[in-house]
Amino acid sequence: MNFSKLKKEVLLKGGQILDPLTKTNVKGDILIKDGKIKAIGEIKSSKSAQIIDCKDLIITHGFCDVHAHFREPGREDKETLETGSMAALAGGFTRVCVMPNTNPPIDSPEVIRYIVDRSEECPIYIHPIGAITKGQEGSELTEMGAMLAEGAVAFSDDGLPVTDSSMMRNALDYATMFDIPLINHAEDLCLKKDGVMHEGIISTKLGLPSSPDLTESNMVHRDLSLTLLTGGRLHVPHVSSAKSLEHIRLSKKSNEKVTAEVTPHHLFFTDNDLQGFDTNLKVAPPIRTISDKKALIKAVKDGTLDCIATDHAPHTIEEKEGTFDLAPFGMIGLESCFGAVNRVLVKENKLSLLSLIEMLTTRPRGIMGFNNNLFNIGTNAELTIIDPKEEWIFSKKDIHSKSSNSPFIGHNMYGRIKFTINKGHISTM
Amino acid sequence: MYFSLSFKPFLRDGKGSKSTSYFDFHGTESYCQEVFYYKEVPMASPKIKNIMNAESIDRSIIRLAHEILERNHGVEKIMLVGILSRGEPLAKRLQSLIQKISGSKTPIGFLDITFHRDDFRDRLVVPQVKGTDINDPIDDKIIILVDDVLFTGRTIRAAMDELNAFGRPQKIQLAVLVDRGHREIPIKADFIGKNIPTHEGEHIKVLLKEIDDKDSVLLTQSRN
Amino acid sequence: MKHRHLLGLKDYPAEDIKSIIDTAFSFKEVLERPIKKVPSLNGKTIVNLFFENSTRTRISFELAQKRLSADTVNFSASTSSLKKGETFKDTAQNLEAMKIDAVVMRHPTPGAPLHLTKHIDAIIINAGDGIHEHPTQAILDMTSLYEKFGYLKGLKIAIIGDISHSRVALSNIYGLKTMGAEVTLCGPATLIPPFIEDLGIVVNYNVDEVIEWADALNVLRIQRERMGGGLLPSIREYRNLFGITTERLSHHKKELVIMHPGPINRGVEIDSAVADSSQAIILNQVLNGVASRMAILYLLLGGKPEERKV
Repeated sequence: MNFSKLKKEVLLKGGQILDPLTKTNVKGDILIKDGKIKAIGEIKSSKSAQIIDCKDLIITHGFCDVHAHFREPGREDKETLETGSMAALAGGFTRVCVMPNTNPPIDSPEVIRYIVDRSEECPIYIHPIGAITKGQEGSELTEMGAMLAEGAVAFSDDGLPVTDSSMMRNALDYATMFDIPLINHAEDLCLKKDGVMHEGIISTKLGLPSSPDLTESNMVHRDLSLTLLTGGRLHVPHVSSAKSLEHIRLSKKSNEKVTAEVTPHHLFFTDNDLQGFDTNLKVAPPIRTISDKKALIKAVKDGTLDCIATDHAPHTIEEKEGTFDLAPFGMIGLESCFGAVNRVLVKENKLSLLSLIEMLTTRPRGIMGFNNNLFNIGTNAELTIIDPKEEWIFSKKDIHSKSSNSPFIGHNMYGRIKFTINKGHISTM
Repeated sequence: MYFSLSFKPFLRDGKGSKSTSYFDFHGTESYCQEVFYYKEVPMASPKIKNIMNAESIDRSIIRLAHEILERNHGVEKIMLVGILSRGEPLAKRLQSLIQKISGSKTPIGFLDITFHRDDFRDRLVVPQVKGTDINDPIDDKIIILVDDVLFTGRTIRAAMDELNAFGRPQKIQLAVLVDRGHREIPIKADFIGKNIPTHEGEHIKVLLKEIDDKDSVLLTQSRN
Repeated sequence: MKHRHLLGLKDYPAEDIKSIIDTAFSFKEVLERPIKKVPSLNGKTIVNLFFENSTRTRISFELAQKRLSADTVNFSASTSSLKKGETFKDTAQNLEAMKIDAVVMRHPTPGAPLHLTKHIDAIIINAGDGIHEHPTQAILDMTSLYEKFGYLKGLKIAIIGDISHSRVALSNIYGLKTMGAEVTLCGPATLIPPFIEDLGIVVNYNVDEVIEWADALNVLRIQRERMGGGLLPSIREYRNLFGITTERLSHHKKELVIMHPGPINRGVEIDSAVADSSQAIILNQVLNGVASRMAILYLLLGGKPEERKV
């Protein structure tokens, strides 16, 4: 990937301008001057402008990921805000929300300010998600008001569930004052025990300890009910099971304050793929059966799932090199996201490209309250340019994260990010 | 059974009359702190005699003012204390008359004797909203208690009891517009407007224009 | 007075509340005299039955009783030494046997005073039953407001703080609504009881908006025990969002009356400077507390026993 400063005038020529806000797909040119959108339409090339040929390419909003782990502060050996930014740009992401399970956790206004200040130096926009409880220990609320004032965009104890129901209730109650979403990593730890994968015929064949889908869906149900009781806002992260989808679907009928996300790996893989004991496929919540995968795809199509989020979770080679039971949960996912979901949803399941782009742009931005009008004249250019049909194979050199724990290596991808323009810089893949 | 002028308790600010009555009258008019609605008088009225009209009341009060000054050799140390409710306008009238005669404005105060009544075990009486108001020190003063009617004397006893809570006057003297006799405790008035001996079943009612829109002293009979 | 006991202000008639307030003003005058005593309750015996510590309320009641020349007996019990149920009845019946006229009771369990009325013939006054009612506090609050403004109808009162653990809030809401005032509650969402809007009041989490709207603020104490739990993150956060600080008030150019039931946590829910300012009528409330308790005792105990039930 080539990362360089944008020239003073850049003309994106002859692309398909796909605007997920207005839901239009028009052929046209975009002139970017001093990093801001100057003009859109038929633009004559001028001598001063650098021309980027966008023939057969889609020009759209930069992607927004509402769920990623950048490991800073504490585990800069796995990822830093800078390296995470590079991974994001490679995947077409211009805006990422980072989870607070760092060391120290992002549980006070001081740490929020640290992340916000650091992210000014980074080539993407990084928004901190604050912890719900102090130290993520599940017993004391964090100073949500003060953290919001410093720049938090949502609250989550992700990595860990909020196990105590009265605590979750109090958190939802408290958050109603601010109208921001709470994100609960739904996992009944008692039911999960030491499970490392989905409980099914595959786990029995592999002899690995496992946990059933109820581990997730029970807690999703609890969270949805508490949300209705308190009038708060809930965003359900990394939905993995058909049962959870049933609860979410039903809840959404009467409660518009519920949103949900799905990861690329839950859409791409099934528990069958774990037969090779690849620790890169060890994730929480686990990858489940083919019928869960089908249910997730259906839920994308019918709107039960609002957006795609990567749950980008870097781990060192040493950590992932271990045996299956000892390896930490999680995989990186920013760079492989588009190629994977475009293949599964658009190519194999006939989702429209526009709908997919919405799930990567306007929907996540809407949940977090970010500006969606990115083709407005005068806004800072925050764009992704995609070849929607390119067939390619994901390899190590496509990884720009500091870690490389990705099970997508060697898999066929469909559609490729060609350029990402953000904060006055352009990344060329 | 008596059907003379009916008594309706109400608050001094005149905001309507309440349906509950805190009173149960057995003829103790000397405790009567309420205003009469003169219109309430039933048509078949018992004998009502007008004992004093406005001019005779005026003359009596002027005489009382002179007597107070004469007895006390002037206005020094005098403080008027009116016993609510009709003692208040009477005390004020005395104050302005004394000022006209002597040139000095005597200090004035008012007592609501509700809390010091001696029948508090028998009946609940709610105090006037505009209650006790003694702003000047009373130590070593000559207090002239002022009331409209002197009857059993219990009101005056309660008033003296209450004055105790404010200090120790040099002397306490009593000025009343009407003395109708029938003392139940040893109390005597020093300055009397008019002596009106009464029988059992008769009642004295003083009307003053500040409260009742006219000056009059009425003697009424009640039927048995 | 319509009711024999004073258990709470729910459904308490407006005329009776007004009587108490008016009578309280008369008693306030008594409290200004050199000798602050009237003989009105001479010979009556009142027991202060406090199952929960409360020095302020008890002293206020005791002073009120003594100034009315009543005889006072204090009974402090800890609920741990008394088993619930059986022994409560025993305590009550023992009191009854001693022929007392009235009981002023504070108990941690809601409904305890009502329970007592079933076992004793004396007049019961609720000095706070758990997080249920504390009618005498609400009455003294209303007396203070009436004293300051001259009326209650249409007055805009905001109650700010830990509503769900306050024994003062409900009684104030009932009383103020009965007298025609408007009430808004403000506080952290975790400390506002659910469904409270059904009582006809507004809940608003934005304290600055509430200050703009209100004529008077009743600032409630934030108990430090609640901090750092599932309900409130920290004092700093509470102060930022809801504290009645000098800085916050300086942004609102308006006449505002500040009340507080006490004891004050200076620097937490209210700044020292605000509590000591001329806008605050906190010390008036204390004096009005004695006066209004005198009025309540006088109106409920005065006269013959049969006569009280008018």
